[in-house]
Amino acid sequence: MSDFEPRIVAFLCSWCSYTGADLAGTSRKKYRSNIIPIRVMCSGRVDPEWILKAFRDGADGVLVCGCHPGDCHYINGNHKTLGRYPVVRRMLAQFGIHPDRYRLEWVSAAEGDRYAKVVDAMIDTVRALGPLRWKDRLAAATDTLADARS
Amino acid sequence: MAEKLRLGLYWAASCGGCEIAVLEIGDRILDLIQVADIVFWPCVMDFKYDDVRAMPDGHIDVVLFNGAIRNSENESIARLLRQKCKVLVAFGSCAVEGGIPALANLYALQSLMARAFTESESTVNPAGTVPAPGHHVPEGEIELPVIYRTVRRLQDVVPVDYFMPGCPPTEKQIWAVLQAIVAGALPPVGSHVGCGDRSVCDECKREKRQVRIERFHRPHEIVPEEGWCLLEQGIVCMGSATRSGCEARCLDANQPCRGCYGPAGRSMDQGAATLSAVGSMIAADSIEKAEQILRDFVDPAGTVYRFGMSNSLLVRRLDE
Repeated sequence: MSDFEPRIVAFLCSWCSYTGADLAGTSRKKYRSNIIPIRVMCSGRVDPEWILKAFRDGADGVLVCGCHPGDCHYINGNHKTLGRYPVVRRMLAQFGIHPDRYRLEWVSAAEGDRYAKVVDAMIDTVRALGPLRWKDRLAAATDTLADARS
Repeated sequence: MAEKLRLGLYWAASCGGCEIAVLEIGDRILDLIQVADIVFWPCVMDFKYDDVRAMPDGHIDVVLFNGAIRNSENESIARLLRQKCKVLVAFGSCAVEGGIPALANLYALQSLMARAFTESESTVNPAGTVPAPGHHVPEGEIELPVIYRTVRRLQDVVPVDYFMPGCPPTEKQIWAVLQAIVAGALPPVGSHVGCGDRSVCDECKREKRQVRIERFHRPHEIVPEEGWCLLEQGIVCMGSATRSGCEARCLDANQPCRGCYGPAGRSMDQGAATLSAVGSMIAADSIEKAEQILRDFVDPAGTVYRFGMSNSLLVRRLDE
């Protein structure tokens, strides 16, 4: 799997983490390019169905970054995210998706350096887990009448 | 006199509850057969598949098809009926979204077979006999349908005209839909029928008190307070993520909504929508605290996809 380049969808809250990612860029911090950032107004807006859709449609990992608890621009949006996180991870495991493919991290607007480290760590984790290839594997596990007749 | 309407009913992978639900209309079935002939209903009357094969294409006006697609027989009859009918209705949760049979998608087929035919406590099977698609007996070869690894919805194998959810659909909704069929007053093709387009919370009489969840209970563990939202009392209720139309009858019986009417509104995934609602109500300000509270929410996948596994974004368990 040495040539495997993971695809990781990152939902970044506009107020802290996206700004943190910006800071990483303007500070010339280096991190690998396996990340597909999507800016959202708040980590609390990241519906679990987006996470499942990302996995189904080809993501190997999903990263959600928001403001540190207590710092939410909308007071408690990130509390909603952290309340969902453990149960979504457990449910992913029930579907056979390693829970470490989904990660929640707090990155403030001042933490450009931390953002770069979080991204690199996530890429290492997912690279070690290998490709997910959900759609292909689902198709392979789905029988049809033609299979039954053969 | 105009020609009578021709109706067909079929059960694929289902429990038979949908058939009972149709009979719940009581003696109004006599009114129904005044205007419609039932030309195929294997659960209730003696019909053979060959009777259907002998019909010209499009012969049956409306087929109410209940049950999920679990094996090759389910799929081939779904295809046959699609060919022989004008309007195909996915009837009940199993046909619409997989239903209870689709919970099997959380397991590998071999482990299900082992559990059902050798391991279960009530099974005595020293020879280890398991169903096989073909078997030789002195009289010749006998065949069984091939069981599929993944349980699917009716719409995954044939085009479906209408979707009527519910486990089972309520008698009131069934009668309303039958009347619409007879009157030729069905909505545009692709619609959901016999249900609402809001959420179960909209029909629920219980009160929300803006309380966050401190701990979870399974329904049998506590006696919930009357008139108060069950989710706020720590019982996982899928009402907010589930399509309306049942008049919240489980809630009236002090039971949480288990989601049989499928996703509400434009939600892509009913289970994820449930987790979104439940997770946002946890009384925690750290991931560790949330983890501790959520420990008592056992079996999230089996709970939030109790009726909708085949309809979910991920569809089944796939081991890495």
